[in-house]
Amino acid sequence: MGNKIIELNNISKDYNVRVLDRISLFVKENEFLTLLGPSGCGKTTTLRIIGGFEYPTEGEILFEGKNINHVPPHKRQINTVFQKYALFPHLNVFENIAFGLRIKKIKEQAIKENVKSMLKLVGLSGFENRNIESLSGGQQQRIAIARALVNKPKVLLLDEPLGALDLKLRKEMQIELKNMQREVGITFVYVTHDQEEALTMSDTVAVMHNGEIQQIGSPVDIYNEPENAFVADFIGESNIIEGIMHDDYIVSFLSKTFKCVDYGFSRNESVHVVLRPEDIVIVEEEAGHLNGIVTSSIFKGVHYEMLIQTEDFEMMVQSTYKSEVGKRVGLSFGPEDIHIMSKEG
Amino acid sequence: MVKKNIHRIYMFLVFIFLYAPIAVLVIYSFNDSTSRGNWGGFTFKWYIELFQDRDIKSALYYTVLVAFFAASISTIIGTLSAIGLYNLKKGPRAIFMNLNYLPVVNPDIVTGLSLMILYLSVNMKLGFLSMLLSHITFDIPYVILAVLPKLKSMNKHLAEAALDLGATPSYALRKVIIPEIMPGIITGFLIAFTLSIDDFVISFFTTGSGVTNLSIVIYSMARRGVKPTINALSTLMLLAVLILLFLINKKSSLTNRDNKFDGGY
Repeated sequence: MGNKIIELNNISKDYNVRVLDRISLFVKENEFLTLLGPSGCGKTTTLRIIGGFEYPTEGEILFEGKNINHVPPHKRQINTVFQKYALFPHLNVFENIAFGLRIKKIKEQAIKENVKSMLKLVGLSGFENRNIESLSGGQQQRIAIARALVNKPKVLLLDEPLGALDLKLRKEMQIELKNMQREVGITFVYVTHDQEEALTMSDTVAVMHNGEIQQIGSPVDIYNEPENAFVADFIGESNIIEGIMHDDYIVSFLSKTFKCVDYGFSRNESVHVVLRPEDIVIVEEEAGHLNGIVTSSIFKGVHYEMLIQTEDFEMMVQSTYKSEVGKRVGLSFGPEDIHIMSKEG
Repeated sequence: MVKKNIHRIYMFLVFIFLYAPIAVLVIYSFNDSTSRGNWGGFTFKWYIELFQDRDIKSALYYTVLVAFFAASISTIIGTLSAIGLYNLKKGPRAIFMNLNYLPVVNPDIVTGLSLMILYLSVNMKLGFLSMLLSHITFDIPYVILAVLPKLKSMNKHLAEAALDLGATPSYALRKVIIPEIMPGIITGFLIAFTLSIDDFVISFFTTGSGVTNLSIVIYSMARRGVKPTINALSTLMLLAVLILLFLINKKSSLTNRDNKFDGGY
């Protein structure tokens, strides 16, 4: 990964209300950046500002160091894969992919070769003369990617491209997309509300909420070291508990004091404590740090998801072993499983 | 069972009421007798006579000419207007749509009269041009009404996708938007053509000496006394409009099927 290719500096966007509030982020060459957040968080608007379909109300957007705030989309070296693909129904597969090349007045022979190699890349060789409407969702998806990639953009924007596919196909496409990105060496900016998808595919994840960026970091950092309660809750299931940081490495919550690995908070600062459900181990009663009673136990495929009511908190625990509802159990976790977050975010 | 029969009889009566006058008109256009009371045998002579009448031939010429140009020009203006309306924000769009409906529901006689007064007030000579302009005017709203639904059912990111791939806005319009809404444009053209062919009131007010269309000729012939040639001429007009209606319906049922398909994926 090299230089910054796209940079957003304090970008805001107002319609009647403010949908983006001073967003700043940068994308490096060949990076796979994902904008992750619930619907209405401003992630699609951010993508549309990068694509040139919306202009920012405030702030500046740089492409390779140059301001492109008011450059129209057809003059940007950026291509987009739209949410519902937006393939041209009156053109066949070949003409859809060739659309951008024809605008650049490329020779017919070169167009043919380019389209052919793109179809090969997306695994749809021989589909040239097919009608768009005769293709399945997954195939349309691939054509949309081919149509964008054939123009050799410096940056490819993808707006929830896998949203309309079923779970199995979505998983396959995630891996394929990631491989394609490595193969063609193009910067991807990806929008999704699916946290698992974001963690699987990205080099960098930017978590957004209410038009603001909550945290930017690698998937591992985002998952293990969420900066605030929103991120912790949105990235996977979490138990978020009120606590007090007594000193470096010492925190108390649920009326008990624990060792932890976090430091640098003010003395007796009120904090959020995050315990991941998969980090908690169910043990015999009195053998763990906390005691409780199992109130619910649901089979989720790989694991069971159980709710354990302790004295003053309902803890979610994931385990491959089932504990019966009504059983009294103990809960155990280590210092490194306790994540402390400042309440200011 | 009885109830079902009553329903059928009722329906039959309604259709008799609607279509009997037209049937009579068509039948009498083949009647070899000038009096309307008797049937004098089958003949084509009124049709032959029709095509020997210079007034009628000239009216036919003007009717087709006006209909063709009015439909073409109003299709272009109406399509561009529909695209403009589609891209407006919701509030202004609602205002302009209502302004667009007004001429549709406005009585023809008011439209005709107001156009005539407008032409006279700017000292324009009434004739072919004024009639053509009037036809374009009343055709445009119908073209907009035919094209707008196609725009609304289109994937709203299509234009953006074209721009994204490097198309200028006008290239995107020509290569993506227009082909996509073509069925609506053709329907709009056919509706405009049909309306133009059978218009009487507005044409009557806005045309001048020497330029008449078929409706006006029929009207003036009828005032001089009903000759069977009128029946023949009316039958031909009916036939022309029926064919156009058939084309429009076929077109729109095809596009409906397309729309269903669009929803499928």
